[in-house]
Amino acid sequence: MNQHQHYAGGTLLGPGEWVTVLLIAGAVAAYLLVVLRLRRRAIYWPVKRTSAWVAGWAAVGAALVGPVADRAHDDFVAHMAAHVLLGMLGPLLLVLAAPVTLALRMLPVPAARRLARTLASPPLAVLTNPFVAGVLDIGGLWVLYRTGLYAATHTEPALHVLVHAHVLAAGYLFTFAVLGGPDPARHRASPPWRAGALVLAIAAHNILAKVIYADPPDGVPVERARAGAELMYYAGAPVEIAVLVLVCRPWLLPRPRARGSARSVPGSRLSIRN
Amino acid sequence: MDPQGRRPTQHGRNIVAGILLGLGTVAFLDEAVFHQLLHWHHFYDKSTSDAGLVSDGLFHAFSWFATVAALMLVFGLARDGTFRASAFAAGWLTGAGFFQLYDGLFQHKVLGLHQIRYDVNLTPYDLVWNIVAALLLAAGIALWVVTARRVRRADVSF
Repeated sequence: MNQHQHYAGGTLLGPGEWVTVLLIAGAVAAYLLVVLRLRRRAIYWPVKRTSAWVAGWAAVGAALVGPVADRAHDDFVAHMAAHVLLGMLGPLLLVLAAPVTLALRMLPVPAARRLARTLASPPLAVLTNPFVAGVLDIGGLWVLYRTGLYAATHTEPALHVLVHAHVLAAGYLFTFAVLGGPDPARHRASPPWRAGALVLAIAAHNILAKVIYADPPDGVPVERARAGAELMYYAGAPVEIAVLVLVCRPWLLPRPRARGSARSVPGSRLSIRN
Repeated sequence: MDPQGRRPTQHGRNIVAGILLGLGTVAFLDEAVFHQLLHWHHFYDKSTSDAGLVSDGLFHAFSWFATVAALMLVFGLARDGTFRASAFAAGWLTGAGFFQLYDGLFQHKVLGLHQIRYDVNLTPYDLVWNIVAALLLAAGIALWVVTARRVRRADVSF
């Protein structure tokens, strides 16, 4: 803990933070390189996806390194701000960047086939079921804050890293499962099921915020727990609403069929019922 | 289009959009006015039961969905020229009345979720809250009957 205070004032980063920065920089650089190579081959790639990838890793980076991350160690409110960035906003932006589609465009055909086969495999069908992914994501948060796990992450650095990795990965998985895209989603559930899983997850997230408010996790002062819980509730809402819009729009407001064929509309198979 | 080549009136879709937005409006007013502006409601109060907490969580999560879904439906109806203000209003009044009544009677009273206001005599608040809700609901159902009958008559006379 003291180590963190060392770094908070200056520009020095701890060894773990350097690894984080390098990993994030690597992810951004790799994506940008692939986009550049596609462009050189005159293959179109939307700028908004590239921006989403950069912004998504910026959100993740802000949660893991820098002033918010430093304060998150001792301050539950900053911890919750980091939670919203790492587990909600970051994953949403990363999903919208469609990294798998980019990889499929870039990889040589045999490797692309292997990747596509893996994505269509039964284990991934289970993992990307919106209800399973929701339990992994929000259920994980319940375990974190309702058991001794949160206190343990402060004394066990490995556990700390593992929890962060889980929050990011589960957030990505759940967002992808609920949106059913833009990356290929062979096992995409129908929109009502995805919306249902999303509503349940939002409810479970809000209920958890109130439970934290009423009964703080071990070692968190009551007043900080309350401020943190309110931040979790209210700062999470814009991200939740954005995901709701993305789930509902292709379902309830499909583009007119006159413009562009039905095939070109993502999710159109599910949304042209009326 | 139906087999006769007529555009369906989309009466049901107008009603559903109204009901969903009615729920969304009630939940939004609850959050924005009573929680945020007046601070009458509490984020959480000690007497809240587990069932109340779960019910409130589901109520608010579903209300966000309802708001978004309703707006999408309205955009679609307006784009296709099938938006009907009267049917939409019937749905809106029904939804708003029903969910305010649900909040006022079931959540506040039966489940013992947070009250409308604290440290005051609750009776007038509860009465106003629930009477307004009942009036909205009654007006909604009446208008619903009227608009449905109008649609049916139009269908028959064709």
